[in-house]
Amino acid sequence: MALILDLAVQGAQMLLVLLLAPLLTGFVRKAKARFLRRRGPPLWQPYLDLVRLMRKDVVLAHNASWLFRVIPYLVFAATWVAVSLVPTFRTGLLFSWSADLIAIIALLGSARFFQALAGLDVGTSFGGIGSSREVMIASLAEPAMIMIVFTLALLAGSTQLSTMVGFLVSPEVGLRVSLGLALIALIMVAIAENARIPVDNPATHLELTMVHEAMVLEYSGRHLALIDLAASLKLLLYVSLIACLFAPWGIAGASAGLAALAIGAAAYVGKLAAGGFLLALFETSIAKMRVFRVPEFLGAALMLGLLATLLLFFSRSL
Amino acid sequence: MGELSYDVAHLLAGSLVLVSFMQLYQDRLYALLNIFALHALVLTLSVAWQAYVQEAPHLYVTAGIALVFKAIVIPVALHRIIVKLGIHREIETVVGVGPTMLLGMGLVALSMVVMLRVTTDADPLARQDLAFALSVVLLGLLVMVTRRNAVSQVVGFMSLENGLVLAATGAKGMPLVVEISVAFSILIAFIVIGIFLFRIRERFDSVDIQTLDRFRGERR
Amino acid sequence: MVHLALIGAAVLIAIVPVAMLMRTSSHGRPIVYGISLIVSLALLAIALLTLLGSSEAASVAVLPLGLPWLGAHFRLDALAAFFLAVVNLGCAAASLFALGYGRHEHDPQRVLPFYPAFLAGMTLVVLAADAFSFLVAWEFMSLSSWALVMAHHRVSDNARAGYIYLVMASFGTLALLLTFGLLAGPGGGYTFADMRAVPPSAGLAAAVLILALIGTGSKAGLVPLHVWLPLAHPAAPSHVSALMSGVMTKVAVYGFVRIVFDLAGEPAWWWSMVVLALGGITAVMGVLYALMQHDLKRLLAYHTVENIGIIFIGFGLALAFKAHGMPLAAALALTAGLLHVFNHSVFKSLLFFGAGAVLNATGERDMEHLGGLIHRMPQTAFVFLVGCAAISALPPLNGFVSEWLTFQAILLSPALPSWGLKFLVPAVGALLALSAALAAACFVKAFGVTFLGRPRTPAAAGAQETDALSLAAMMVLAALCLIAGILPGLFIDSLAPVVQALVGARMPVQHGVEWLSIVPVAESRSSYNGLLVFVFMVISGWLAALAIHRLASDRLRRAPPWDCGYPDPSPITQYSASSFAQPIRRVFGTMVFRARERVEMPPPGDSAPARLTVELRDLIWDVLYAPIASGVGAAATRLNALQFLTIRQFLSLVFSALVFLLLVLAIWP
Repeated sequence: MALILDLAVQGAQMLLVLLLAPLLTGFVRKAKARFLRRRGPPLWQPYLDLVRLMRKDVVLAHNASWLFRVIPYLVFAATWVAVSLVPTFRTGLLFSWSADLIAIIALLGSARFFQALAGLDVGTSFGGIGSSREVMIASLAEPAMIMIVFTLALLAGSTQLSTMVGFLVSPEVGLRVSLGLALIALIMVAIAENARIPVDNPATHLELTMVHEAMVLEYSGRHLALIDLAASLKLLLYVSLIACLFAPWGIAGASAGLAALAIGAAAYVGKLAAGGFLLALFETSIAKMRVFRVPEFLGAALMLGLLATLLLFFSRSL
Repeated sequence: MGELSYDVAHLLAGSLVLVSFMQLYQDRLYALLNIFALHALVLTLSVAWQAYVQEAPHLYVTAGIALVFKAIVIPVALHRIIVKLGIHREIETVVGVGPTMLLGMGLVALSMVVMLRVTTDADPLARQDLAFALSVVLLGLLVMVTRRNAVSQVVGFMSLENGLVLAATGAKGMPLVVEISVAFSILIAFIVIGIFLFRIRERFDSVDIQTLDRFRGERR
Repeated sequence: MVHLALIGAAVLIAIVPVAMLMRTSSHGRPIVYGISLIVSLALLAIALLTLLGSSEAASVAVLPLGLPWLGAHFRLDALAAFFLAVVNLGCAAASLFALGYGRHEHDPQRVLPFYPAFLAGMTLVVLAADAFSFLVAWEFMSLSSWALVMAHHRVSDNARAGYIYLVMASFGTLALLLTFGLLAGPGGGYTFADMRAVPPSAGLAAAVLILALIGTGSKAGLVPLHVWLPLAHPAAPSHVSALMSGVMTKVAVYGFVRIVFDLAGEPAWWWSMVVLALGGITAVMGVLYALMQHDLKRLLAYHTVENIGIIFIGFGLALAFKAHGMPLAAALALTAGLLHVFNHSVFKSLLFFGAGAVLNATGERDMEHLGGLIHRMPQTAFVFLVGCAAISALPPLNGFVSEWLTFQAILLSPALPSWGLKFLVPAVGALLALSAALAAACFVKAFGVTFLGRPRTPAAAGAQETDALSLAAMMVLAALCLIAGILPGLFIDSLAPVVQALVGARMPVQHGVEWLSIVPVAESRSSYNGLLVFVFMVISGWLAALAIHRLASDRLRRAPPWDCGYPDPSPITQYSASSFAQPIRRVFGTMVFRARERVEMPPPGDSAPARLTVELRDLIWDVLYAPIASGVGAAATRLNALQFLTIRQFLSLVFSALVFLLLVLAIWP
């Protein structure tokens, strides 16, 4: 019985993230538009876009290889699996032990590896520019992320997300500089990973400023839909990650009843909305930086992560 | 009480180290000055918290001095100097931002290792204060070493001194006289440097201290 | 068991003369590689039986060879068995690959005789149980591989590569000779058993560590002793490159483990610091060097340097935990290092085979002349992609598992009592994470520029899929990459006896863990299940494909590429290897390589093309090796005069040397 409930919760989580991801993207777009005093597209526009793209023909370049056609599915699968393992409204998901936080990051790394390959497949210069910049950004963002994981894992004594959340929600955490630094670094990494301003602009179609969009330039139809969905999922993943690690309040425990689950779900939606709102606010109040400023930005995130790890050694019980 | 007092002190002292790092990252003079004002503000808070925790009213005076002089007077004065000299362009760092940050990280680690090894039987609050203070001092020195511009050297020097104040307040029972004298010496140093700045400028039309080196026949 | 293994090595040596006789006949190749394959498989079976078998006792053999009072000692214990398995797995794969690949060899007489000798040398190093036979086997391995490096000696750079390799190998052997001399002590106990019984004093042990690091590190490719490796490994024929990079470096790693963990006694507290710092620097420098390359085989060779760094990080952690009495954590770190030894030998061999297949099909090693090979060589492209993903530490393949274990070991470091290590280990962790991320970038470049895009030369456009035997060898290795990635528990458990013998503890048994996940410390701490991740990925990808094809659209139309409306038919408008690396070169290269970019613009009105030149400098070579080389050169010029003496002068030189030595003898107290 418990197994069935667990299975149901895990399944619910997988469906929930899949359904919520385009909504979050739409919400951020809407909020950004409102900040710019535009009316903006409706909240459900991303769903309509996805449906429209999926029904269209795929227009494939003559020299695209089999890999080019497989990659959207790979990218989508890796991202979906990763986001399914992040606690959203309940910790202790049935399969959460199959990958810890390091593995989740590595799964996202797999998705990016293949996406960068797709940028090179057709042999166009824009695809190349997108791929080469993407791997440059990733080569700094990933170690920064690992340092954040170190900080949290050393604090909680585990790389398991459920255990971490359980520790962070307990009162023994206290005020810690390390946690603050890790939060700032995580936000910086999340901005870079999700191709948001100031690192990249998800809405641009000015070629030389694109990173992510340049890489997926040759995709169309259902392939593009999958890649867009994966990008939305990734945004949702990072917002959920920040929410469950740094704002773990309201999340239901592993043995919670239905009422707690409902509270958890409501809290989760609230956190997503807050996260999306803050992201939109941040994006509208800052300018995009030059590509070669990005390494400094991410280098700072890496340093913050390292500093957070070092500062861990001060505790009350020193 | 004990836990909260430790937590807040840890937070403030740690933020001071972080702000020192932010100084390394800046490459514009105005931003550097703002960060320095923030540095002094965090120091003020930290010292005030120590005054509250240690129930040592004279530390409030130290906090007040830090707030008035370092967070307000000196930044405003330096701001004016910059405007007067017309040098609000980019700082030329001798070493790039990345290596400087790496060096800074190494220095923080070093000061922690040294302090934590040396002070094994002190209480945790004093230990961490000393370690953070040493990091701030070393980072201030690093700013002085890696920048060419005289104004940013002044800022580096001042933040170094902030580290000293942090160390002094962490160690309980420093007499007020010492603090006031330290504050005055800083003020005098500031005045001297200020005059010095104008002198270099008059003489060489630049505050790049490399000009001085060249004048003395060093470096080329 | 060890007798059987020795017979195998003897067979390998015995086919050397056969190979010499048949070097020009067309039957030489299948006979030599076929026998090598069979013997390697037999040795692999022996190693696995020893490793997995229940018998705890090592099997020992003493042959009446070599020094009369010493004999030649051989021993097959768990450690030797593990490395014997790694070596012979690589050898078997290389032999299988060579059965097909060797057909295209221009001068088989330069390869065939040395190949079995090389295999025998590596096997004997692993089996040797006294200093004398170890060093002889080591030199045998070095010289035969040197001969293989020189196989294509008419290619301009190869002679230099061979020369530098020879110098570095001799230097390394000298260091190892001194190591064993110190370990043997004044009593002259040259068998490993004697050395183990009398561990050296603290000061001597320090010297042993440094010398062992130099001796084995120069063979394995630790920075700054790596300079020969990226020159020599690519110069050999590709199956030999795979052996040198994937297997011979592991033999060097074996030497390090044997000396430092087994013979040198209890580690001192600072040993781990040296090894960790070297490992971290090696990992990052190796991958940065690799990113700057556009020669496919040289890129792979530099990646070997990176992976050796990762392996040494694992060993450094194990030393740290062992020195501070934490055997369980030491077992985790050592297992991580050893697992990476296995993993790297698998995927590096695979990648070199792939590079060999490309070289065969196109005659090109330079990535700037390749491209689009995925259309012409789809199967090679697929297995090469598996290798790329594995070496980039992407789940669910095997490279990720060993790096994940290393990270788990790093996360145990706060329990160490030493403050220096507490701070050093997370910093090394950051280096490890950086090198992993850069490795992924590097293999996007390697695969993307070589196999994807449009062909840049007619040679690349006319490539043919490689032969079935070569493909079979690559398929086997690719399958191993996947199996070791999704069922790592099997491999961790089989490493248990090795780890138990070296650090006195083992990782928890993974065999009984639910769902075949791996749990390095405790389930609440961390766990990973590659199988489940793999299955989930397959199911969700397949579900997505099914749902979309059924419910939405599965139509497809071919069209010219879009490229924002500016498609250019010329393939040189694609991103090349060096332009792909340009952002990373700007970020890291300006500091590490003093990278400078220079643009030469023609004057206005001139229709000459503008040129972009990139200058890179190898600082390690400039600072460390160039002064030595020029010093030796200058000394040699001075001593050149000695060649032109008369006979009387030569005689007087010998005479005065004799008198001098007699004088020393007379005065010596």
